Amino acid sequence: MWVLSGLCLTAGSAFVLIGGIGLLRMPSLYTRLHAASLTDTLGTLLMLAGIIIQAGFTLAAIKLFAIAVFLLLTGPTAAYALANAALLSGSVPQARLLDDPEP
Amino acid sequence: MTIVFGIFLLTLLVVVAIGIVRAENLFTAVMLTGIFSLLMAANFFVLDAADVALTEAAVGAGISTVLLLGGLALVPGRERSRERLHRLALAVVALTTLMVVYATFEKPRLGDPDAPVHQHVAPWYLEMTPELVDIPNVVTAVLGTFRGYDTLGEVIVVFTAGLGVLFLLGLPGVIGERNVDDLAVGRSYLGHHLVPQVVGTLLIPFILLFALYVQFHGEYGPGGGFQAGAIFAAGMVLHSLIAGEKESLMVISPRMLVLLMAGGALLFGGVGILTMLLGGNFLDYNVLAENPVAGQQWGILIIELGVGLSVTGVLLAIYHAFAARSR
Repeated sequence: MWVLSGLCLTAGSAFVLIGGIGLLRMPSLYTRLHAASLTDTLGTLLMLAGIIIQAGFTLAAIKLFAIAVFLLLTGPTAAYALANAALLSGSVPQARLLDDPEP
Repeated sequence: MTIVFGIFLLTLLVVVAIGIVRAENLFTAVMLTGIFSLLMAANFFVLDAADVALTEAAVGAGISTVLLLGGLALVPGRERSRERLHRLALAVVALTTLMVVYATFEKPRLGDPDAPVHQHVAPWYLEMTPELVDIPNVVTAVLGTFRGYDTLGEVIVVFTAGLGVLFLLGLPGVIGERNVDDLAVGRSYLGHHLVPQVVGTLLIPFILLFALYVQFHGEYGPGGGFQAGAIFAAGMVLHSLIAGEKESLMVISPRMLVLLMAGGALLFGGVGILTMLLGGNFLDYNVLAENPVAGQQWGILIIELGVGLSVTGVLLAIYHAFAARSR
């Protein structure tokens, strides 16, 4: 039980770390958003899952589950709203195929 | 462990504060103040002050950010640049900082039980709350009954602040010349964004329900009128962002908002008058019921409701006053 919880917590922290590095290293707004949304969903959810396993079947676990559901709804919505606002304000995603020469 | 978290959070606070001062784009500054409040809330929570943390998160990080953004819509988005350095201001700030740092040398150690602040009335509150009020949350007991006058004063301050904003900016339909009908139908910020609209509509009932929970569960857990009012107002602001200002003002009309503002404060003061009529002192809830303890609980429940109504009314009225002015 503790091993499973520890694994979840470690994996969650790893995703948050990766998201943080990605936020700093990615070149454009949209790729940064892509990295940051990783922290919101996968990182936080895995950590919450780890804590739920530790809490067992108690009231605290249900509250944590409610937080997880709330985050699962709001996190992607916030990321979408941010990307949508950026697109509407005229920031067009820069895309090129791998074969294309460097711009 | 508290020390490690404390150092981490306080360092981040300093970084964010420097960021706020240096930000020339006001939008960035507003977002950073929201982050500042959230860090502060985490800090309070680490220090086991759950009630204060909830207030800071709901009011500081939530509603004030929205109100600041509402104000930002009325002004230019960039700070006016200043060329020359104000030497006098710099000197005053440096001197004050040195004095505050000097004052901390006399401060007792964090969590020291012998510190003066823990020797004054706090032990009496902790000891007497189970006997006199019999509710688990001592913070609510202190706010509602032992320091009821202070809380009444806070509500009056909130009410006065709301009145000031309304007289400056006007609220369509009640104060000023504008009518609610002048507002365009369906003028909303998120109405044409499908995903936030759907998710927001899904969340609003739960936010309002949570506000009611925080309101009426304040005697047993963290929460109370101030937090509940802020959360309820946040839910209604979300409604206004999705459905449109005019539609939101049809749910809670401007006249109703003003009634809520004044009625909440009046309810609080009215309980005080009632206790005087029943033969007790002002805000002495003992006389409200046969049993003094039950009287205390009734008193706290009613005045917390008054606080919640007033805070909801003030915050929503200020939001609508700002929103009606922009564009």
